[in-house]
Amino acid sequence: MALYYTEDHEWLDVDGDIATIGITAHAAEQLGEVVFVELKDAGESFEQGDEIGVVESVKAASEIYAPVTGEIMEANEALADTPANVNESPESDAWFYKIKIADAGELEKLMDEAAYKDLIA
Amino acid sequence: MSQRTPLYDFHIERGAKMVEFAGWDMPVSYPLGLMGEHKATREGVTLFDVSHMAQVELRGADAAEKLEALVPSAITTLPEGKARYTFFTNENGGILDDLIVSNAGDHLYLVSNAGRADHDLPYLKAVFGEDMTHRSDLGLVALQGPGAEALLAPICPEAAELSFMETTTASIDGVPVRISRLGYTGEDGFEISMPADQAEALARKFVDAGAEPAGLGARDSLRMEAGLCLYGQDIDESTSPIEAGLTWAIQKRRREKGGFPGHGRISRELAEGPARRMVGILPDGRAPARAHTEVTAPDGTRIGEVTSGGFAPTLGAPISIAYVDAGFAEPGTEVALIVRGKPLPGRVTALPFVKQNYKR
Repeated sequence: MALYYTEDHEWLDVDGDIATIGITAHAAEQLGEVVFVELKDAGESFEQGDEIGVVESVKAASEIYAPVTGEIMEANEALADTPANVNESPESDAWFYKIKIADAGELEKLMDEAAYKDLIA
Repeated sequence: MSQRTPLYDFHIERGAKMVEFAGWDMPVSYPLGLMGEHKATREGVTLFDVSHMAQVELRGADAAEKLEALVPSAITTLPEGKARYTFFTNENGGILDDLIVSNAGDHLYLVSNAGRADHDLPYLKAVFGEDMTHRSDLGLVALQGPGAEALLAPICPEAAELSFMETTTASIDGVPVRISRLGYTGEDGFEISMPADQAEALARKFVDAGAEPAGLGARDSLRMEAGLCLYGQDIDESTSPIEAGLTWAIQKRRREKGGFPGHGRISRELAEGPARRMVGILPDGRAPARAHTEVTAPDGTRIGEVTSGGFAPTLGAPISIAYVDAGFAEPGTEVALIVRGKPLPGRVTALPFVKQNYKR
């Protein structure tokens, strides 16, 4: 298990070739109270940087970008009914996807926890 | 550099998230958050800093006649102690700004949008000259919510005597104030104008008495639910008051006799009906359809555009305010909202979305 972070304020918890992804507590705080989450379905493939979902808060809509190239194994469908969970537990229960990583090399360009903390400091 | 209201330090001290709005540094929310502030306004009482708005006094025996040349509402017959919603119109029947006018006895007291002060102040100066004073020495706060009267009554008994859209002078802790029973949230409430250097002390007093500070975020979701127009978004120089559903603000004498800019278009639209109308739209599902979202008929034909939209905390659902072709304005009409390229079904509904709770 290893934790990675992106400049778009997403986290990836990597276990083998599967990554669980979500947005960071910092991102959730900046967004404000989340009222709507739209996710793609399991089975869809995407390239790193593709838009793979939308989070809307009381303030604005924000896109979710694919942190790495891969395929959606599972989407957290519970978020459709409980979008506020993104504010309550962004780095645990309110994960967005479990994805199968196509190219583990892409992980090397992401940040570790210390680097991410520096970014948002 | 943005201007600061007399309550700037108060906002910072309370942990407000500050944003630039119309050239002012304003609180968008406090740590309680938009939803909590919204709910507190609907159920209790909240304090909004609205000191950024322009407060103007017009004097002179013919001030009401002169103002009637700029607005389509009846001002000469506005009784002393009463306030009225109106708007400056242009020659094309569009809206230059909306405002509240009060008959304060020996003068007219106006409150208009901060974002239009650059227009309104010189516009009024050109007509009223020395008889017009911009009272930038005053602060302005709004106490909004069903708990507002109970909060104010012990410290300002005159407040409890007012009905909706009435105004009076009073004193709170020896501070001279103008207090008006109105607001922009759809709830009962008051706006209190006071000397800027006393604003912070009074704001603290109101908060100590139970008012929850609320920011521009909640102000926007509250006014949307109440179906109230935001200048620059729902109304502007291209929209007529008839299209915007503001016909009620144009009294009978003014409709018939005119004497204000844009009477041609306004009387034509009153007679024939406007080509488009402002409506509420309730989207199916949970996705908000925000400003500039395209509105289509179910067959995909473009019929209008959303001007304000977001999440309505009271309803727990998204709402949108839009202009649509007049043939699609009937409540119940099915429409589609094009969100991120996909049509989302929705239904036209009468405004307001949430019943207004004024003390008449």
